[in-house]
Amino acid sequence: MNALARHRYHRAAPVVLVLLLLALITGIAAAVSTASSADAATATTAEDAAEGQKLFAANCASCHGLDATGTDGVAPSLVGVGAAAVDFQVGTGRMPMQSSGPQAIAKRAQFSEEEISQLAAYVASLGAGPAIPTAEQVDPELGDAANGMELFRTNCAMCHGSVGGGGALTQGKYAPNLWETTPTHIYEAMLTGPQSMPVFNDANITPEGKRDIIAYLKAQDEGSPGGLRLGTIGPVAEGMWGWLVALGLIIASTVWIGARSS
Amino acid sequence: MGARVNTAAAGTANWVDERTSIGGFVKFFARKLFPDHWSFMLGEIALYSFVVLLLSGVFLTAFFVPSMTIVEYDGPLATMQGVEMSEAFASTLHMSFEVPGGLLMRQIHHWSALLFTAAIVTHMARVFFTGAFRKPRELNWLVGFTLMILSLAAGFSGYSLPDDVLSGNGLRIIEGVTRSIPIVGEYISYWIFGGEFPGEILIPRLFTMHVLLVPGLILVLVALHLFLVFLHKHTQYPGGGRKDTNVVGLPLFPVYTAKAGGFFFVVFGIIALVAAIFTINPVWNYGPYDPSPVSAGTQPDWYILFVDGALRLMPGWLFDIIPMEWEFWGYTLSLNILIPALILPGLFFGFLALYPWIEAWATGDRGEKHVLDRPRNAPVRTGIGVALISFYVILVMEGSNDIIANLFHLSLNDLTYFFRIGIFVIPALAFWITRRLAIGLQRKDRELVLHGKETGRIVRHEHGEYQEVHEPLTDQERWILVSYDDIAPLEIEPEYNDRGVRRKGYRWDHFKQRLSRIYFEKRISPVTPEELAEAQHAHH
Repeated sequence: MNALARHRYHRAAPVVLVLLLLALITGIAAAVSTASSADAATATTAEDAAEGQKLFAANCASCHGLDATGTDGVAPSLVGVGAAAVDFQVGTGRMPMQSSGPQAIAKRAQFSEEEISQLAAYVASLGAGPAIPTAEQVDPELGDAANGMELFRTNCAMCHGSVGGGGALTQGKYAPNLWETTPTHIYEAMLTGPQSMPVFNDANITPEGKRDIIAYLKAQDEGSPGGLRLGTIGPVAEGMWGWLVALGLIIASTVWIGARSS
Repeated sequence: MGARVNTAAAGTANWVDERTSIGGFVKFFARKLFPDHWSFMLGEIALYSFVVLLLSGVFLTAFFVPSMTIVEYDGPLATMQGVEMSEAFASTLHMSFEVPGGLLMRQIHHWSALLFTAAIVTHMARVFFTGAFRKPRELNWLVGFTLMILSLAAGFSGYSLPDDVLSGNGLRIIEGVTRSIPIVGEYISYWIFGGEFPGEILIPRLFTMHVLLVPGLILVLVALHLFLVFLHKHTQYPGGGRKDTNVVGLPLFPVYTAKAGGFFFVVFGIIALVAAIFTINPVWNYGPYDPSPVSAGTQPDWYILFVDGALRLMPGWLFDIIPMEWEFWGYTLSLNILIPALILPGLFFGFLALYPWIEAWATGDRGEKHVLDRPRNAPVRTGIGVALISFYVILVMEGSNDIIANLFHLSLNDLTYFFRIGIFVIPALAFWITRRLAIGLQRKDRELVLHGKETGRIVRHEHGEYQEVHEPLTDQERWILVSYDDIAPLEIEPEYNDRGVRRKGYRWDHFKQRLSRIYFEKRISPVTPEELAEAQHAHH
């Protein structure tokens, strides 16, 4: 005890105490947050589902129907779409839909994390469907980016572009850019096939394969080794910049050099 | 010090001259006169970007392996680790990520290729719109035209070398286009690829074409092009004292040698700047070639984009009734590929190559033209040029239709329908509007010459009349506005002579007459000295 008492008034004591306190808070927060995300992924109670049903009736039922079986020509039945579909559609702000058009537009999420998990619990209770993936299933650190590259370019690149920059589909529909999409939402999209996207079930692309694709997409965050990437649109953007910037600058300098002309 | 340097220089020059008699050449070149205008430097941009292409290309050949042998990647790039690829692709990754400065050199090479083709097209447009292709320069127009085609070949063969998914898809289209040629298409395709696509010898063949054959031809034709420029003397814009029989300008040495030498470094510097800032052709995104994947946003470099656009524009069925693909005795005739990818570019380029002759038939003028036209003084030619450009731009935009649809939230299908109609309507409109604008500008010029510039000064005369003071043009200004050819439509001899016998060659003459009427039926004549005198008399 004496040893501790002696160091109590040491110069560094306040700093050490503050650091210890910070470590304690961070530890608790981390424990709580992993616990809660684990909850969201696995354990949902009947209470959540009941709350979710209320939210659904207030916000979704006008199109999807009070029993969530859908309305012909307006909105599909949600029986059996699973929690993953709800987490994706509501979590990316596509639902509730802003306006009818070629496809639902991603926007700021309209519900809190808790409300989304309640809605998901309700829809999951209607019929068996794909669940929200766990944090480990979508961790890009655990994926193989090279395998992801091969999977991505055979399965995804024809719509989303070679590195997920997005691309056009028919009649005003489009495959969105994937760089800002969270790993969980990417995984859920593959699992549930929202809008024009096909479903990639676990027989098409294994859960490990899906994680590899996420790893490949997250590798794009590092940017391009060649400099600014001009939207990774490809030769069209390069051609436009070649004409406007390179040739533009050079022609401007010819005018400058030839200024003393007729 | 200065005197010693001068003596040394003179001594060296003398030594060389006594052994080569080069003094005469140097004097000839140094004192050759060139007129001055910024637009005369557009061809120089093409030449200098070609020099940059040669310099950076030599660097790249030191590391590129033109082989389709399959290897497993083992390098610093995580997304390619353990992936099977051709040696061509692996060596492209190696030079990009492991050779110091390699990626910068690749980007310099590719950006200068885009600039090379863009500068050629711009230079060609300048020559077209100013009428610099007229006698005696028709041959040099053809040499330049061939250089433009060769630049496309150089660009496309180089674009295909890294053996990535993007360029492989381009080659696949080339294979399809080759096969659409009736009867012999399949044989030609087998001959090019050494069997079925993609085969194993294409990359080495393209490499030889890209580093030896095409640049060799370009070098020879560049030399011929420049030789003919020296031989014909450079054209000049209209101005006081400038005639078809003289050249008003400065000698090559010292002003132009300094300007041109400095300009090379400007071009090189801007290319290096752009290459250092902007990624180009990120093959590590596309991955090694494999015939199955095609990603969204798959397009060729800009100079081939018009062919892609024509292919995208072409319907498979005309009005949903007439099929564009026919089968005869087991042979398929793919008009939906043959027409957009071969016949259309053939007609487009054929028209461009023959244009100097088409215009010569219309004017019937056999004289040499060394003074350039201002574009407004050739309204039909200018209209045709703008129509051709609009036609080309529509094809390029259709080739980028998915990018445009995605960026501007439009429907891909609607865009294609719009361009299908636009390809016929827009060039016609562009021709008509441009010609009207040119004629309007000519009318404005006449007005200026006859009545001078409006000064905005209102004067009241003694008898109470108000008048705006017009300031007459200077002689130099007037020269530019009145010195252009006034060509009347061609008059030809009648079809039958007085004995009622049909004249030989009448149909050809009739064709030339109709052409001439298209060009010169509606024309604004320059102000004559008599008209000017009369106008001045009326003013005073």
